[in-house]
Amino acid sequence: MTDEVTDEVTRPARSARQLERERIRRRQAVRSSSIATASTIVFLTLVAVLVTNSPGWPRVRETFFDPEWFVRSLPDVLQGFWTNVKIFLIAEPIILVVGLLVALARGLRAPVFFPLRVLAVVYTDVFRGVPTLLVIMLVGFGLPALQLTGVPSDEITLGVIALVLAYSAYVAEVFRAGIDTVHPSQIAAARSLGLSHGQAMRHVVLPQAVRRVIPPLLNDFVSLQKDTALVSTIGVIEALRQAQIYAASKFNYTPYLVAAMLFILLTIPMARFTDYLSARAARRRGPGGA
Amino acid sequence: MTLLRIEGVWKNYRHQSVLRGIDLDVAPHEVVCLIGASGSGKSTLLRCVNLLETIDDGAIHLDGDEITDVRADVDEVRKRIGMVFQSYNLFPHMTVLDNITLAPRKVHKVDRARAEEQAGELLARFGLADKAGEYPDRLSGGQQQRVAVIRAIATQPRLLLLDEVTSALDPILVTEVLSIIRELKDTGMTMILATHEMNFARDISDTVCFLDGGVLLERGSPEQIFSSPEHPRTREFLQRVLDAGRL
Repeated sequence: MTDEVTDEVTRPARSARQLERERIRRRQAVRSSSIATASTIVFLTLVAVLVTNSPGWPRVRETFFDPEWFVRSLPDVLQGFWTNVKIFLIAEPIILVVGLLVALARGLRAPVFFPLRVLAVVYTDVFRGVPTLLVIMLVGFGLPALQLTGVPSDEITLGVIALVLAYSAYVAEVFRAGIDTVHPSQIAAARSLGLSHGQAMRHVVLPQAVRRVIPPLLNDFVSLQKDTALVSTIGVIEALRQAQIYAASKFNYTPYLVAAMLFILLTIPMARFTDYLSARAARRRGPGGA
Repeated sequence: MTLLRIEGVWKNYRHQSVLRGIDLDVAPHEVVCLIGASGSGKSTLLRCVNLLETIDDGAIHLDGDEITDVRADVDEVRKRIGMVFQSYNLFPHMTVLDNITLAPRKVHKVDRARAEEQAGELLARFGLADKAGEYPDRLSGGQQQRVAVIRAIATQPRLLLLDEVTSALDPILVTEVLSIIRELKDTGMTMILATHEMNFARDISDTVCFLDGGVLLERGSPEQIFSSPEHPRTREFLQRVLDAGRL
C-alpha cells in the first residue's frame, strides 16, 4: 500500500503535453531509420551497378571472384592465417610489456637512469621513423647474418622480434601520452601521503593512465593484426604468402580475396570492441565532460 | 617547544619572489591559520613545508630535523606530514576505503585488515561509514573533502596542512568540512590552515598569521588580529573582507 503511494508521489502520470512530445519523438525516430535504410539501399545499388558495368568487370569477376578457387584455396589460406594469428598472439603481450617499460623509462628522472632514458628516447625515435616492412627485412635477413650463437634463425621468431621492435615504439608513446594526461595534482596527493615516485606511478598514475589509453591501444592492435602479413617478405608461409603461391601458379587472384576476408573477420570484432569502449568512456565522463 | 620551525624561507618563481623570508614557529597541538589575499603566498608556504616545492633560501625544521636539507629523504619527511588540497585530489579509480588505506598499507606497511579496520573507525567517527565502498565521483564535494581529510590523518601525521580546503565548496558543505577540522583540533592535531573563512579562522586558531606579498606581516592571537590589527595592510585586508560580507 505505502509503496504505491510513494510511487505515485515520485512518478505522477505524464501530462498530455509530455505524451504528445513522446509521440512526436517516436515518429521522428521511425522516420530517421527509414531514411537511413533507403539511402543505404540506393548507395549500395549504385556501387554495384557502377562496378558490374565497368568494361573490365567480366575479367575481374573471373580472376578475383571465382567460387571454385575460393573453395579450393580456403583450407590452405586458412592454415596460413593461423600463423598470422599465432604471430599476433605472441607479439602483442610482449609489445604491451616492452612499450610500458619504455614509457616508464622515459619518465625516470634520477641521474642513475640517464642512459636508460636516452636509450628509450633514441629507440622510439628510430623505430617510429623506420617503415615496419624495412624493420622486418633488416631483422629477418640481418640478425641471422651476424651468426651469433643464441640468435634465432627461424622466420616466425624473427618476424615476431621485428614486429615487437616496430610496435613497442608506438605503444610506448601511447602509454606516455596516457601518463601525461593524469593531472599533476594526483601525483602531488600521492607524494604528500609519503608514496615514493615508483609507488605513486604504480598505484595512482598508471591505473588511471592505462584506462584512458585502452581505445588507442586497441587501435594499434588492429593495425598489428594486419601487419603480421608483412612477415611474408622474409619467408614465413602465412595467409598472404599462401594466397600468393596460388596466384602465381594458377593465375587466379581469388585467394587474395580469401586472405583479405580472413583479416577483416579478425579485425572487425576488435574495431567494434574499441568503439564500444570509447563510447562507454564518453558516457562515463557525462554530458558536461570532465 | 617547537614542532615546526620555518626560518627565513624564500621561494622565487621566474620573475618574482612568492615568499620573502618567512619565519614561523608552530608548537605541538597549535592551530595556525594563514590569512591574506590570493597570491600572498599562503598555499606556496604549505607546499614548501610538504616539500612539494623546493625553497630558494632559509630552512624548515620538523621535530628538530632540517627537512629542507638537500640530503634529506623527502618520502621519509612526507610520512610525518599530512596534506589536504583545495580540489580534494582523491584517487578516482579507488574506492573511499582504498583511498584511505593506500598510504598506511604501502608506505607504513600496515596489513590490509588492520588498515581497513582503522579506516572504518575514522569513517564512522566522521559520519561516512556507509561510503566506504563508494567511488569518489559518487560523493558530494563536502563528502569528498572529508574523505581527503581522513586520508591525510590515517597515517597519523605529526602535522596536518590544509590548503584552502573549503574554497571549492558551497556554504552548506563548508560547515560539514569545518566541523571535522574542529574535531581534529580537539584531538590535539597540530595544523596549519590556509583559509579564506575568516569566521572559522577566528574561531579555531591559536595563532593567526597575515601574509601580504610573500611577507608575514603580522601574527597574533585571533582576538589581536581581528579586533586590533596593528599593521595598516592587515586593517585594509580585513576591511575588504568585511565589505565583502565575509566576516
